[in-house]
Amino acid sequence: MKRFALFLLLVLILLPLGCANTTSHSQAVYMLMDTSGTYTAELNKAQAIINYLLGTLQPGDSLAVARIDTGSFSEKDIIQKITFEGRPSGANEQKRAFRQAMDTFVANVKGSSYTDITGGVLQAVEYLNETGAGRKTILIFSDMEEELKEGYVRDFPIQISGITVVALNVTKLRKDIMDPRKYMGRLEEWKKRVEAGGGKWRVVNDLERLDRILEG
Amino acid sequence: MKQFLLFQDHPVLSLLLWATLAIVLLYMARKQAHQAIRSFSRVLSTGFRLAARSVLGAEQRLRHRNREVLLAAGMIEVEKEIEREFLRVEAVVKQDLQTYPAFHRSMSDLLVKIDEDYSQSTEVPPSPPTWIAAVDAVAQIPESKDGGVATILGEIHKTLDRQHKAAMAEYRKSSGTRHTLLKRMMPTWRKLSQTLEKVGKTITGLQERAQVIDSRMNDYEAMRTMSATAERKLSSSSLTQFVIAGLVMLIAIGGAVINFNLIALPMSEMVGGGSYIGPFKTANVAALVIILVEVSMGLFLMESLRITHLFPIIGSMDDRMRRKMIWISFSILLTLACVESALAFMRDQIAADNEALKQSLAGVQAVTSSADNWIPTLGQMVMGLVLPFALTFVAIPLESFIHASRTVIGITVMWLLRLFALALRLLGNTSYYCGRVIISLYDLLIFPLLWAEEKMSRPRPAAATVQASKEVPQ
Repeated sequence: MKRFALFLLLVLILLPLGCANTTSHSQAVYMLMDTSGTYTAELNKAQAIINYLLGTLQPGDSLAVARIDTGSFSEKDIIQKITFEGRPSGANEQKRAFRQAMDTFVANVKGSSYTDITGGVLQAVEYLNETGAGRKTILIFSDMEEELKEGYVRDFPIQISGITVVALNVTKLRKDIMDPRKYMGRLEEWKKRVEAGGGKWRVVNDLERLDRILEG
Repeated sequence: MKQFLLFQDHPVLSLLLWATLAIVLLYMARKQAHQAIRSFSRVLSTGFRLAARSVLGAEQRLRHRNREVLLAAGMIEVEKEIEREFLRVEAVVKQDLQTYPAFHRSMSDLLVKIDEDYSQSTEVPPSPPTWIAAVDAVAQIPESKDGGVATILGEIHKTLDRQHKAAMAEYRKSSGTRHTLLKRMMPTWRKLSQTLEKVGKTITGLQERAQVIDSRMNDYEAMRTMSATAERKLSSSSLTQFVIAGLVMLIAIGGAVINFNLIALPMSEMVGGGSYIGPFKTANVAALVIILVEVSMGLFLMESLRITHLFPIIGSMDDRMRRKMIWISFSILLTLACVESALAFMRDQIAADNEALKQSLAGVQAVTSSADNWIPTLGQMVMGLVLPFALTFVAIPLESFIHASRTVIGITVMWLLRLFALALRLLGNTSYYCGRVIISLYDLLIFPLLWAEEKMSRPRPAAATVQASKEVPQ
């Protein structure tokens, strides 16, 4: 009741100002999936995350899923991208088709030799900025260990202002178990890089609490 | 700080000297300082008192205005009631008493008929037979052995018997006719009785109406003379109306919330779920607009039906135009109600689709729908159809609320002004007494010099005594 009254009051006050408000209220999510080496075994978890995203995103929001492989700065690595239409029934149909496409991809995925996370992030930034969404999020489903093929240059600052980067399911490698400082150093390095580029950094390892992914 | 030390090594001494100097200066300026403090406190006190008086004046003007408004509203209300009572009296007079001449004629006819029937039904005494004298004469004949006489008497007896039987038959026949006439009078009597009863009821009804009109006229008179009783009565009635109307309005708002929730989701199917107007979803705004349009149409409908009187322009329209207005607003309301009903149906479909999608994404086996799933759908559709019409009636409490709030706001502002005036008077008094306290504190600071002054100005009692003792021997 209170919410309705507040809503009514706000509508009456802000309706004349509403036309001038150009803020976008849509949300865009770009998910990067690491397909290198043994990490492909974790892809069923990524599927659960995508399902969660499909259930959470609203009509008008955008979702793209891309793979991280040897050279991720490429449109070819985008597995599926979509902007859900305004009608809820149409959006639901699109979500079903999206899920189908992701199931097919996960069933037939082949591991890559290298892990170009920076390239994937750059591709994500490009896509997210094009959507013009109000809230932009990059989800990186990876162990965050970048391995670049010879000749690939990625040691430069990246511009990700206004974008939240969430590292998901950052698994500990054998060397991390031996020396945890490497794991923490790797995450710290990424945090510095993201924040230097104007973005926000967050790590979510507990996949039981998927609601934390898109908060803030 | 050091520059104020007269003796660098003795700060206490310096302080004492400064204090002494200050006391001396304060003592010297005592009269002027007292005047200044007194004037300042008086200025403040007078200012506050004037402000309080002005606020009280405003409060009184407002009270007067409120009283006028209240009584005027009450008078209009009573005028309406009296008018209504007169209309009822007129209706009674038109319905029942307008036909009184015909009624009277009918009663007269009935009475004439009854009279005639009654006259016909009176018992006519049978006329005495003329041959009784002959029988008497025969009876005078002395008894003899003559057989002729016995035969004649026998014959006479037989004839008499026969005549008696004939007379009795005639009498019974006429009695039967009379009874038939009296029987025929029964329904006429009943009809007459019913008619009189009806007239009696009508007259009683008129008497009751006259009593109500009398009572309302007394109220009207009390209001016209602006009596305190009438004002109190109206004021209390206004407050009651305010509370009741407010309560009903809250219930109506609850209904509007339900209505909003019913149509907000399916509206996204029509206007898109991703578009926004300002910070609000277009679908929510559209749903709200539909509800507000429904409420407006309800107001117009009630206004056109002359149930409420919020818009004088609608009330003063001619009947043809008003009837058109009724149909237009009712048609729009019905259309919107049908749209809402369809949206409620769509809401159910969308909710089911969303649920199915969520279940499939969560990997849960979709629950098969039971056969009774149409019940909530139908319920939502009926609610969608009924709620707009239910919201129409919000116009009645809204009108009462607006009328009552005028009085309630007036009373509240009056009380606030009274409180403000009290606060100002309090401040005025406080500033006056603060001035007196400051003067006392001032004197307290310079009390050594004041004490010395008092001592010096008072004549020494010892010296006076000595002087007196010297003067006694002389």
